[in-house]
Amino acid sequence: MTAPALRVRPSRPGTGVAGTWQMAVRAFQYWLVNYRRTWRGTIYSSVLTPVLYLGAMGLALGKLVDQHGTAGLGRVSYLVFLAPGLMAATAMQTAVGESLYPVFSAVKWQQTYQAAAATPLKPGDIFRGHLLFTTMRLAMNTMIFLVIMAAFGAVRSGWVVAAVPVAVLTGLAFATPLDAFAVTQKKNDQAFAVIFRFGMIPLFLFSGTFFPVTQLPGWIRPVAYATPLWHGVALCRSLSLGTADLAGSLGHIAYLAAIAILGLIAGERAYRRRLYV
Amino acid sequence: MPDPEILIRARGLTKRFGQFTAVDSIDFELRRGEAFGFLGPNGAGKSSTMRMIGCVSPPSGGELTILGLDPVTDGAAIRARLGAVPQEDTLDVELTVRENLLVYGRYFGLPRAVIAERTGRLLDFVQLSERADDHVEPLSGGMKRRLTIARSLINEPEILILDEPTTGLDPQARHVVWDRLFRLKQQGVTLVLTTHYMDEAEQLCDRLVVMDGGKIAAAGSPRELIDTYSSREVLELRFSTFEHDQAAEKLAAVPAERTEVLADRVLLYVVDGDAAMASVRGLALDPLTSLVRRSTLEDVFLRLTGRRLEDG
Repeated sequence: MTAPALRVRPSRPGTGVAGTWQMAVRAFQYWLVNYRRTWRGTIYSSVLTPVLYLGAMGLALGKLVDQHGTAGLGRVSYLVFLAPGLMAATAMQTAVGESLYPVFSAVKWQQTYQAAAATPLKPGDIFRGHLLFTTMRLAMNTMIFLVIMAAFGAVRSGWVVAAVPVAVLTGLAFATPLDAFAVTQKKNDQAFAVIFRFGMIPLFLFSGTFFPVTQLPGWIRPVAYATPLWHGVALCRSLSLGTADLAGSLGHIAYLAAIAILGLIAGERAYRRRLYV
Repeated sequence: MPDPEILIRARGLTKRFGQFTAVDSIDFELRRGEAFGFLGPNGAGKSSTMRMIGCVSPPSGGELTILGLDPVTDGAAIRARLGAVPQEDTLDVELTVRENLLVYGRYFGLPRAVIAERTGRLLDFVQLSERADDHVEPLSGGMKRRLTIARSLINEPEILILDEPTTGLDPQARHVVWDRLFRLKQQGVTLVLTTHYMDEAEQLCDRLVVMDGGKIAAAGSPRELIDTYSSREVLELRFSTFEHDQAAEKLAAVPAERTEVLADRVLLYVVDGDAAMASVRGLALDPLTSLVRRSTLEDVFLRLTGRRLEDG
């Protein structure tokens, strides 16, 4: 078998490099192509998980809670109290799921990052491209959650629409530092199980998602207030209930944005150190 | 005025990892259209050199200019004009053959129509057209390597850099890869490759440097290196284990440019192998096997470093 002649035409100098945003979009497209294989499965779990939580805890457990009075919840039913908190917590879970293993796999098992680093993409472009995909997944899951939450009748205010970008920001406050951490892991993924068990699960349970933080002993409350998840939960809840005030909301947003930006700076550095050896 | 025919220029190029010096002040130049090789055992500093050329590893010292640009400040612009075949395949095994080229082409900012057109041509070239819509995972090692080569050509690079292009392949798959690389070379693609196979270096490289311990031990064409550092012919003798040492001593009487006593063989570097064999017989030595062959780069390496390439 003879192969056809291959035309050799050196590319024009200067082509292949574009602005920061376009370079990140190129890296993002890889994750989109990859997602074409798996999107169906992720949609099922994005729909099913909120239905299960809101059904079991919001409705069933909620009935029991409501019988004992709702003063501690701000005089709304447990379902209405729980749903926006769960929205923020879902964003956190999505962010953790899209950050740790996919990043480690891309740098260690599959070496997709190394493949991209041999092209005009810089480590920062590769990082931001992956983050764009994480942002897309956060937006998808949060919007699906909002629709299901509305179907359960768990919404009190039209401001709940603003809870979607807040939940996405909450997710990014987890994704950027966790990306920065995951890309530095050299040998194995052992640290991730620790993050799940001693980081994500306690946050999920004690950051005001399932009960007001005021239920916790006084000495531990400051810890809860310092976690990014609490800020996301508190802001999503006040938006959903229509009780949000400007100063408080801006405070929460500033806190979440600060962590996301610190993670962005750390990630840029961590990706460069890992991919340019 | 820099010479536009010199695509890569290194002066005193050095790479250190902490206390360890992987590449120790090497000088070389790559000219347009040539196939240039780094030959050496594992750990010689070949891959570190290739990673610096690929602009994914900042040099620790010395000068490096690629396509007239500085890899530290213009890395992205240089990489846009390079094709890289890394030592380990970095294909996405869960995607199809075609999707791998699509993703990679997009990294270079190529329009989808251009990628589609080039994909057809490149898959023909590496004989993978029939597998275009198959996943990469089940492909053989040789097919994956060819796909990696096709992928590295998606941006029509001015320089193709290949780090150990056939390591880990079986002999047949290796010959297919060599054939494709040879065609690229004939079409005028500038190649830079590393290898620890002397036959690969002999077949593909117009010019090469022998690397050992991070330094360049010698440079030239395969022919020049053999002429300079070895004799025309080599007589290889193998003796039974208990005769080996004795025989090696006696062989000093045979006129040879050089004698190498290896663990399992004795090599006599001579002008005329058959004549040397006659003298061996005259010494009443009776080797188990004897072989007269031409000198190879393996002999050059042995001469320069005292070790064999596979020893590492």
